[in-house]
Amino acid sequence: MDQTQTFWQFVNQQSDKLWNQTWAHIGLTMISLILAIIIAVPVGILIARKQKLSGIVLGIAGVLQTIPSIALLGVMIPFLGIGPKPAILALFLYALLPVIRNTYTGIMEVNPAVVDAAKGMGMSKWQILTKVELPLAFPVLMAGIRTATVINVGVATLAAYIAAGGLGEFIFGGIALNNSNMILAGAIPAALLAIILDFLLSLVQKINLKSIRVSWLILPFVFISMSSFYLLPTQIGGRMLGGFTPEFMGREDGYLGLKSVYRLGIETVVISDAVMYKAAFEHKLDVISGYSTDGRLKAYDLITLKDDKGIFPPYYAAPVIRNEVLTKYPELEAVLNQLSGSINDSIMTALNYKVDQLKQSPEQVAMDFMVSKHLYKPSKNGTKGTVRIGSKIFGEQYILAQMYKILILGNTDLTVLTKTGLGGTKICFDALTNNQIDFYPEYTGTGFLVLLKPDKKTIKQLEGNTDGVYQYVSQAFNKQFNIKWLKPIGFNNSYALMMRKEQAQSLHIESITDLTNHLKHK
Amino acid sequence: MIKAAHLVKKFGSSTAVNSISFDVKEGENLILLGTSGCGKTTTLRMVNRLTEPDSGTIFLNGTDIRSQQPETLRRGIGYVLQNHGLFPHYTVAENIAIVPRLLKWESSKTGKRADELFEKLNLDPAIKDKYPAALSGGQQQRVGLARSLMVNPPVLLMDEPFGALDNLTRISIRKEFRVLDELVKKTIIMVTHDVQEAFEMGDRICLMDKGEIMQIGTPEDLLFRPANNFVANFLDEQRLQLELKSVLLEEILPGSAKNISVWDQMESLLQVNAYPDDAPGDALTIESLMAAFSKYKKR
Ligand SMILES: Nc1ncnc2c1ncn2[C@@H]1O[C@H](COP(=O)(O)OP(=O)(O)O)[C@@H](O)[C@H]1O
Ligand SMILES: [Mg+2]
Repeated sequence: MDQTQTFWQFVNQQSDKLWNQTWAHIGLTMISLILAIIIAVPVGILIARKQKLSGIVLGIAGVLQTIPSIALLGVMIPFLGIGPKPAILALFLYALLPVIRNTYTGIMEVNPAVVDAAKGMGMSKWQILTKVELPLAFPVLMAGIRTATVINVGVATLAAYIAAGGLGEFIFGGIALNNSNMILAGAIPAALLAIILDFLLSLVQKINLKSIRVSWLILPFVFISMSSFYLLPTQIGGRMLGGFTPEFMGREDGYLGLKSVYRLGIETVVISDAVMYKAAFEHKLDVISGYSTDGRLKAYDLITLKDDKGIFPPYYAAPVIRNEVLTKYPELEAVLNQLSGSINDSIMTALNYKVDQLKQSPEQVAMDFMVSKHLYKPSKNGTKGTVRIGSKIFGEQYILAQMYKILILGNTDLTVLTKTGLGGTKICFDALTNNQIDFYPEYTGTGFLVLLKPDKKTIKQLEGNTDGVYQYVSQAFNKQFNIKWLKPIGFNNSYALMMRKEQAQSLHIESITDLTNHLKHK
Repeated sequence: MIKAAHLVKKFGSSTAVNSISFDVKEGENLILLGTSGCGKTTTLRMVNRLTEPDSGTIFLNGTDIRSQQPETLRRGIGYVLQNHGLFPHYTVAENIAIVPRLLKWESSKTGKRADELFEKLNLDPAIKDKYPAALSGGQQQRVGLARSLMVNPPVLLMDEPFGALDNLTRISIRKEFRVLDELVKKTIIMVTHDVQEAFEMGDRICLMDKGEIMQIGTPEDLLFRPANNFVANFLDEQRLQLELKSVLLEEILPGSAKNISVWDQMESLLQVNAYPDDAPGDALTIESLMAAFSKYKKR
């Protein structure tokens, strides 16, 4: 990817994708919102009538609201699979509380004398509701709908994690790929969408309604929701479905390479790696982009396809550390290098399996390993200074961070602060360059392609050259960022395409080329 | 016209209304009087079924009100509330058209009737397109009354209709309403806690305490023939003024103008005395009026 590309060039180049994502985003937001209104307004009216129910109903809606979005999406996959359905359900649940609460409050705030007068004049209950209570509660109700809309535009970005599309594809892809243009191309339309929808609804809020004609309201609702379905990504079908992370979708050593080098023609959806393996296991996806040392490979009985044309460069893990830190604490380098050579691919996969599947704590797994390799020494409780270790947000990085912690505490007079769970490559690397952490484990391939972004020629030259890539990143990081790559630990956590073992075997697919041929002949 | 028999209403364990019975004749103005919380509103709301009694019955023109749909019943009974109850999201014109629309009146008929009432109630037609919040308290109360009179219901229920007004406005509106032909012919039950108001507006007064009727009768009955100590004590503080208000001029000076209370006559005399030049030659004086009044009382 060309580094000097401007934001507008990016937007121009990707305008098809951008429109698709924006429409999908609007579709997800509108459908879930309308469903929420259809349910929440009557519920709000009901609890205004039966006050005893109000506590429990608002309580339940409130609890739904506090469930973290990612968790909610994850919980739904076994029932609803991946794609727009679980995303809409999750967004729907989030929108319930503001709408129920404001309908209820709005009706409760109507002057009782007015309702009394309406009754006294002989209006029926329905007339009182539609001509007095709802019109008077309308501004408050609309405020609730506005809140729900803004929440939903925001949460809908997470739909990208479960193959439901939306602007999250750019946002999370951009974060993972260290591509600011891509982040902005997702974030700006999402923000504009929130502002515009909120503004339009504020105009509606100001209308002085004399009465609410239910039929008038239902028609536009039906119209909008019907049309919104067209905005969603076309339903997932086809014979084989690939589910790739936003990061993988945008990488040369990922989907782009699969297309250009292998000419792989597979239908794809964007999905987060948190749910990807499980979705493959449950036959929701057939091909996924995973990491070769991921513990879930073992847990879900998946196999990796051979990269017979070599598009995935090596991803040897090694600590990247700021030179300033090494100058200050020169003893660190030798201590950190103690880990080098002690973990190969299968050991790392086994360690990851313990954390990802057996749910052992990374601390425990790291400790057991260090003890077994005689690398553990009791902490010296030093007071010389503090080293801050960062890690990205997945198990392997947590384990490595804990191992380094044990080494530093046992072999130096330094103390350790771990800052684990830094969202992605870009976040982690920015934390390092901005002096918020001192080192973290990085992978050569990522440093090469994502952080340095060399030109095509360099990539071609170093293809398949493990040592060459390491030399290249070492020199370039030292020069550009004043950061040092220490010795590689020993395992190669490369990108890989994965399939369910039984499916791959029954179709006789062993390599990516086999997969391409299989798809071609369909 | 209206006959209530043995009405009882309990809220939880407390009895708000305890065995209340009364009759209101056609064209009569019955006042429910009593201190706050004595059950007046509860009694009134049973007449248009906004509150259902635990026991007892109410007959309207000889038929049990429970034989009608509550909505139908209410459309035929005017209802005026203390806080006017105007719809804040409706203009004045829309507010007064509510009941006509429920009864499916033609809009031209509604418009004509509105014009008529506006004139009778001294309302500026320019306020028709305003919202209630833009009106003064007196205007709001008049619009509230106009709304309840639109379909010319034979029965009118009023719950503290002047309660939210300031003193001066209250007194002047009260006077106006008393002589309004629309109201004179109507059968009215009106709730108030203001003794003066009760004596000015009522043909008969039903004095209540703790959910029970203490006495029901004409103002003079209550003043001069109190049924018990409660009634006598209740009125004592303002006795003289009440007596002047309830005794008619023709009763103390036979042959004088009809339907004027002694109090009204005194008020107009006082006004005249402020401008002595306007006084008619053979005028009654305050002194002679007082003398006639005390003679009447000693009778
Ligand atoms: N809806 C209600 N629920 C419970 N208690 C009520 C209700 N309405 C009135 N009451 C009680 O009944 C009694 C009579 O009330 P009300 O008829 O409003 O009195 P008034 O109009 O004479 O001031 C009061 O003690 C009041 O608190
Ligand atoms: Mg009352």
